[in-house]
Amino acid sequence: MISAILVMALGAVVLGAALGYASIKFKVEGDPLVEKIDAILPQTQCGQCGYPGCKPYAEAIAKGEADINCCPPGGDEGIRKLADLLGREFKPLSGEHGVEKPKSVAFVDEQFCIGCTLCIQACPVDAIVGAAKQMHTIVAAQCTGCELCVEPCPVDCIAMVPIAESVETWKWRYPVFEIKPAGTAR
Amino acid sequence: MSLLRKLFDFHGGVKPAYHKEPSTTQPIAQAPLPAELVIPLHQSIGGVPRPLVQAGETVKKGQLIGGPDGFVSSAVHASTSGVVKAVEMRRMPHTSGLSALCVVIEPDGKDEWIERKPVPWRSLPPDEVRDILRDAGVVGLGGAVFPSYLKVNPGKKGHLDTLVINGAECEPFITCDDLQMRERGETIVRGAAIMRDLTRAGQVLIGIEDNKPEAIAAMQAAVRTVGAERIEIVPIPTRYPAGGAKQLIRVLTGIEVPHGKRSTDYGVQCFNTGTIYAIYEALELGQPLVSRIVTVAGNVERPRNFEVRFGTPMRDVVALAGAKPDTDRIIMGGPMMGYAMPGDEVPVVKATNCILVGSPALFPPPPPEMPCIRCGECAKACPADLQPFEMYWFSRAKIFGKAQEYHLFDCIECGCCAFVCPSRIPLVDYYRFAKSEIWAREQEKEAADVARERYEFRLAREEREKAEKAAKLAAKAAETKAKLAQQEAAKAAEGAAPAPVASDDAKKALIAAAMERAKQQAAAPLNTDNLSSDQKAQIADAEARRAQALQAEGKD
Repeated sequence: MISAILVMALGAVVLGAALGYASIKFKVEGDPLVEKIDAILPQTQCGQCGYPGCKPYAEAIAKGEADINCCPPGGDEGIRKLADLLGREFKPLSGEHGVEKPKSVAFVDEQFCIGCTLCIQACPVDAIVGAAKQMHTIVAAQCTGCELCVEPCPVDCIAMVPIAESVETWKWRYPVFEIKPAGTAR
Repeated sequence: MSLLRKLFDFHGGVKPAYHKEPSTTQPIAQAPLPAELVIPLHQSIGGVPRPLVQAGETVKKGQLIGGPDGFVSSAVHASTSGVVKAVEMRRMPHTSGLSALCVVIEPDGKDEWIERKPVPWRSLPPDEVRDILRDAGVVGLGGAVFPSYLKVNPGKKGHLDTLVINGAECEPFITCDDLQMRERGETIVRGAAIMRDLTRAGQVLIGIEDNKPEAIAAMQAAVRTVGAERIEIVPIPTRYPAGGAKQLIRVLTGIEVPHGKRSTDYGVQCFNTGTIYAIYEALELGQPLVSRIVTVAGNVERPRNFEVRFGTPMRDVVALAGAKPDTDRIIMGGPMMGYAMPGDEVPVVKATNCILVGSPALFPPPPPEMPCIRCGECAKACPADLQPFEMYWFSRAKIFGKAQEYHLFDCIECGCCAFVCPSRIPLVDYYRFAKSEIWAREQEKEAADVARERYEFRLAREEREKAEKAAKLAAKAAETKAKLAQQEAAKAAEGAAPAPVASDDAKKALIAAAMERAKQQAAAPLNTDNLSSDQKAQIADAEARRAQALQAEGKD
């Protein structure tokens, strides 16, 4: 009787120790769900969803505070991926957060820039180069097209320029032609 | 010896009608200078070369007009002498019909070369020879236009076992390599000898499909004339796509280069005969790549090969062969892998091995696509050992991850699967669609990763700046506090009745000290020592102005 209790107790101690060790050794840092959601978000950091960046929005989705259809730059495809990841139903982009636009980059009109640095402070990815009373310019390769610099400019010299398709970025078209019932065509 | 060589077999492949004879009846002709040359800057895989000339500049034939940009990039040269009319966007020889930066040259008719000097490549370090090839604009002329200098590399072992030279030319209609081997075999063999020495190759195998007996004979004669050692002409069975690099390596050496590996890892490298010819010209003549041999075939009166300067409008080259009246399209490349051109004014570029002129009779519109019946014919025909039907389903359903799992990127787009498909599904269109979507996504993902990193760095930076500022303030406060405590201690030491210092008093003392400092600053005497009367007068003037300004401010 006693030996049986001892054996069970020993088993419990050994297994407990193994589990305890594993929980320290293989500890998961942070919330992996947040990381997964963040990987789907487009990292525009535009704040159109109502959160200060993509990561905070990802955290809000993971907590269940935010819906999955608040990210206009991610578009329908982004929502679909989030729905897949979270096992939810797809829903169209909510209108209050904006509409999906073609990808663009900001452009500073050198004629009018007064060098106020307000746009530099607004840029979430430090993609604007300049100094006080010096003309500013956008590093196009790093611009995410978030439009956050457009609003603060006191002289309205920043415009969003859509990225044109080039030979390098051109994509082969989907070879399937959808057949639609007569009347709904076009 | 060559008769005894053991050849290997690659999986799949097809035997389409070759249509090669018509364009081989005539020797290579020189295409005349056009009225205007439009030379695209981006003619190879990799970075877009920077334009080095401006409108109005005079250029000579062979002058550098586009400098290589980045590690994978190749130079572009003026293909005749003349005046640069413009550096502007022009329509590219690309299915999209989009424009890219081109240098437009108006020829002066003299066709005057820059100074050309042979390169002492034997005495130069390999890095310098590679730089010379890059600056000579030599790229793979088989159609892939990969910068050749990156391939002139003996690999990890320091030497190659086998250098494979690709004269297979397996695609129907195309005969440019065939004619070049027939007429310029000696130069190709000399070029092969150069490459043999540069890559320290044990043997050089020049593979030629056995439907080109004239080329085989010419090349064998050339090897004898040149007396080249360790160079062998190997006739191989005619089967499309024997001219694919991986397929030819397989046929000649039996080595199957696995997914994700390079052929140099196995001691093999492969070059096209046209590329070898260009390397010879670049090193032995010091002549950059400014022209190539182009087959004009299909729906034309006089199919023939022409040596064409890059930038010549395709329309001019087609006119030399005489397009038939029912011509409805121009294809760059062959019927299996070629691309439809957006118009006939687009220029001949380094990738243009063939201009195939089409008509509804020659290439009838494809019959309607039927559903896939899973017969597996495509898998039997695939020379890359893939399962085309699986890749087709996943590409069509836009499940790109799965398509990639079936090794979509090992597909060489040879078109064998579509050729044998009984349902006449344009399979390659689906693969091209899926590949370009995957590339676009990967680029987007890379951009997003960079943006995430930069955003997080900015947040961290703001946090750090805040902390630094707080630390600075705290340090300053501590310093003043310590000073005051010292003063108190000094007072106590003097023996005066020390008032007990409460924390409230300490704060008050701090404020008092600050106010004292401010007062001192305000009352700080002006520097009036050792001044000349002149300077004193100036100071008085300034003071008067300041007083006036203060008065004016007071009025407002």
